[in-house]
Amino acid sequence: MSLLHLAILLPLLVSLFIPLLYKKIRSVHTGWFVLLVPLTLVIYFSQFISQTMAGKPVTATMNWIPSLGINFVAYVDGLGLLFALLITGIGSLVVLYSVYYLDPKKEALHNFYVYLLLFMTAMLGIVLSDNMIVMYLFWELTSISSFLLIGYWYERERSRYGAQKSMLITVFGGLSMLGGISLLSLLSGSFSIRESLATVSTYSGDPLFTVSLVLFLLAAFTKSAQFPFHIWLPDAMEAPTPVSAYLHSATMVKAGLYLVARMSPIFAEMPLWFYLVSSVGMFTLFWGSLNAVKQVDLKAILAYSTISQLGLIMSLLGLGAAALQVEILPDSLYTIATVAAVFHLINHATFKGSLFMMAGIIDHETGTRDIRKLGGLSQLMPVTFTIATIGTLSMAGVPPFNGFLSKEMFLTGVLEVSNSGLFHLETWGLLFPFFAVVGSIFTFVYSILIVYRTFLGPKQLDKLPKKPHEAPIGMLLPPLVLVSLVILIGLFPNLLSNTLIRPAVEAILPQVVEGGGSFPLKIKLWHGFNLELFLTLLIISVGTILFLTLPKWRSLYNRMPKQVSLNHQYDALLRRGEQASTAIHDTVMTGYMRSYLVYIFGFIVVLVLSSLYFLDAFRFDVDPLSSVHAYEIVLVLVLVGSALSITFARSRLTSIILLGVVGYTAALFFVLFRAPDLALTQLVIETVSVALFLLVFYHMPEISRKEERIKFRLGNAAISALVGLSVTLVALASLSQRSFASIAQYYIDNVADLAAGGNMVNVILVDFRGFDTLFEISVLAIAALGIYAMINFRKTGGIDK
Amino acid sequence: MKRHTNDVILESATTFITFIIFLFAVYLFFAGHYTPGGGFIGGLVTASALVLVLLAFDIQTLRQILPIDYKLMTAIGMLIAVLTASGALLFNVPFFTHAHDYFNLPLFGKTSLHTAMLFDLGVYLVVVGVTMTIIQTIGESD
Repeated sequence: MSLLHLAILLPLLVSLFIPLLYKKIRSVHTGWFVLLVPLTLVIYFSQFISQTMAGKPVTATMNWIPSLGINFVAYVDGLGLLFALLITGIGSLVVLYSVYYLDPKKEALHNFYVYLLLFMTAMLGIVLSDNMIVMYLFWELTSISSFLLIGYWYERERSRYGAQKSMLITVFGGLSMLGGISLLSLLSGSFSIRESLATVSTYSGDPLFTVSLVLFLLAAFTKSAQFPFHIWLPDAMEAPTPVSAYLHSATMVKAGLYLVARMSPIFAEMPLWFYLVSSVGMFTLFWGSLNAVKQVDLKAILAYSTISQLGLIMSLLGLGAAALQVEILPDSLYTIATVAAVFHLINHATFKGSLFMMAGIIDHETGTRDIRKLGGLSQLMPVTFTIATIGTLSMAGVPPFNGFLSKEMFLTGVLEVSNSGLFHLETWGLLFPFFAVVGSIFTFVYSILIVYRTFLGPKQLDKLPKKPHEAPIGMLLPPLVLVSLVILIGLFPNLLSNTLIRPAVEAILPQVVEGGGSFPLKIKLWHGFNLELFLTLLIISVGTILFLTLPKWRSLYNRMPKQVSLNHQYDALLRRGEQASTAIHDTVMTGYMRSYLVYIFGFIVVLVLSSLYFLDAFRFDVDPLSSVHAYEIVLVLVLVGSALSITFARSRLTSIILLGVVGYTAALFFVLFRAPDLALTQLVIETVSVALFLLVFYHMPEISRKEERIKFRLGNAAISALVGLSVTLVALASLSQRSFASIAQYYIDNVADLAAGGNMVNVILVDFRGFDTLFEISVLAIAALGIYAMINFRKTGGIDK
Repeated sequence: MKRHTNDVILESATTFITFIIFLFAVYLFFAGHYTPGGGFIGGLVTASALVLVLLAFDIQTLRQILPIDYKLMTAIGMLIAVLTASGALLFNVPFFTHAHDYFNLPLFGKTSLHTAMLFDLGVYLVVVGVTMTIIQTIGESD
């Protein structure tokens, strides 16, 4: 176990002591202790920057299940490090924020921080694991810890609903990822991502490879809230705001992006990958921004905005995959999409984190997040107002903030795609710029909406549950750090390009590096007059017009029928699934023994007859048959006659007597076929069982003694006839297909020498196969004790006392 | 099962027929290793002799004649069977290995003795015990 493993597992280890700290040291907010963990980790992970810049990834192995090739291989390259720094950096700010946000007297802080630390380990594990099984382990751990965090206020019905929804959707994705991992490792022969990448050319033509690709993408789309799996994210807003800021804007929802980026080198050569990732991402961008405008809850707007921005990054990762078609693209203009994806990933984490914290402050200080009740808070909360303005303008893509730069690069990538001649994109490729521009316009509208409806406009202080005032400095500090990063990156965009972005892009596109390609890394704040700039101006102007006319067209949203909405579909799916399974259960499990016997016998018939037919197992050979005697014919007639009479008998007494006839005839058969021991036993046993039947008959309640014939049911008759037929066929077939000689000769030869006996049946029972007899008498003993217990203890200590 | 009728013929017939049946059962038991019979059928026939007593008289009478706890009898039978089978382990041979030899017994002369007979005795006791437990239990219940 190296220091790196210790660093990944540090939050998990610390979480063990959180309840202790919470119970023993009540005077200090537990969050202060927790804060040390991400701070330590940020410092620890920063020291890897120089190594990843030099293109030297760090690997450390801890054996877990070496015999299965499952080991905890920690692997730090540019991509992993970027995420690790995001997780720990924003983690520190969120913990600091939560110290002021959560009231130590009212909240169960130990639960909160244990879940949060669990989540931190899980995220670090995902981004720093090379072994896919270990990555899957951490992946599911994020689902579980996120479930716990969303359901933190478990006494609220909406929290439980949101937690369940996110759990169902993300675990569905997680399981499909497990399927993808299994297929990929079957093809490549290794669970290691790097080793799979090294041998990808040998198996990429396999059809299972495509299946694996789709399964991996399902996992990424569910986790990153892509259309149509985005519906869990708005409901996850029931979590405490620090959780929303951390999980649902900066980290967990980016696990899907990480997965796409990490798997890109393996899958990106497939056109399907390009199509799926870029088009799903683009549509999510459009759909998320469209839906964000109609929300009235600040966090809901931010949730849909997150969905939309994740779609943007996802589509950029898809477009960047086109860069791997290096043989047809000499200039590496496509790599700009990947650079933009990584750049926007960082930018989104900064501004969305600050915006969520801003929403939390508003909620905390005014008591509501409903933008219909808010307004005119700019003078009362000037610092929060500043944070919100910078964050939203960056989100909207307005210069000079960092969102502007990544949006320009996004537009460049999107415009580039249609004139590439790649994947037949000349015509359909035009949809990309269209969706991008429309999505960006709506992004602009809801960004302005957030600031305007919260901080500007008329004051409506009487509608607020609390008297608003500025938040404490500790609560403002984390979003201030984030917005200063927004400005810093906006003004000096090349600050990160060599340290973080280039190693990350190299990790996503290793083929380009090996091919000697390079990236356009110089991110310029001002890049001259070009189409992208005009598009930005268009977005801003159309967005402003749309915002000003918002009251006029907002009612259009209500036109959309409720049945079409995905949430409605999801609820209906769950409800119908439950109804359908109840219906199936109620139809199949009737509670009548008769039905179950029909199933069992029907299954036997189908199985036996079909295997006789399909395996061509039926043979009938007359050679081994012995000749038939008159006695046997008479006895068979008696047997068949009495057996048939039982089914048509009117009275039960007749049935019992006829059953006795059957038994005694069987004894006679034993006599005929020279089995004296069997005949003796059969006679006595038949007598005893007929006596017992008569006893039961004598004690039948009056009401059911009514004499009537067995009701005729065609189905029952058919099934019994078929069962008889199939058993007969099997008996005939097995009689005709003796593969081995009987071992009876051994017993005949040795009964006197080895066992000193003359009665072979008895010698077999007590000597050769005495073991069976031992347990048969145990069965008898158990039956006797059971009857004794049933009759003697039925009225003591039971319910019918 | 109290009878108020006068069953003199049945009762007197029973008194000596029972012994004949019992003797037949003992014969079946001992002859089992060489001719048809054995512990199982011997036990059943013994039980039928006891049932005849039960039918001719009543449960109380049977209990007076044979004050036996049939559950205990079943347990003893099981114990004899298991011990016979595991006795082989003491002589370092596999479980359930039987031993037999010929002895000159005082009254019987040269006789073969076989541990399988002990096992059969266990079977016999279990069968009698089980049958009688069932019949007695059901007969006593109301």
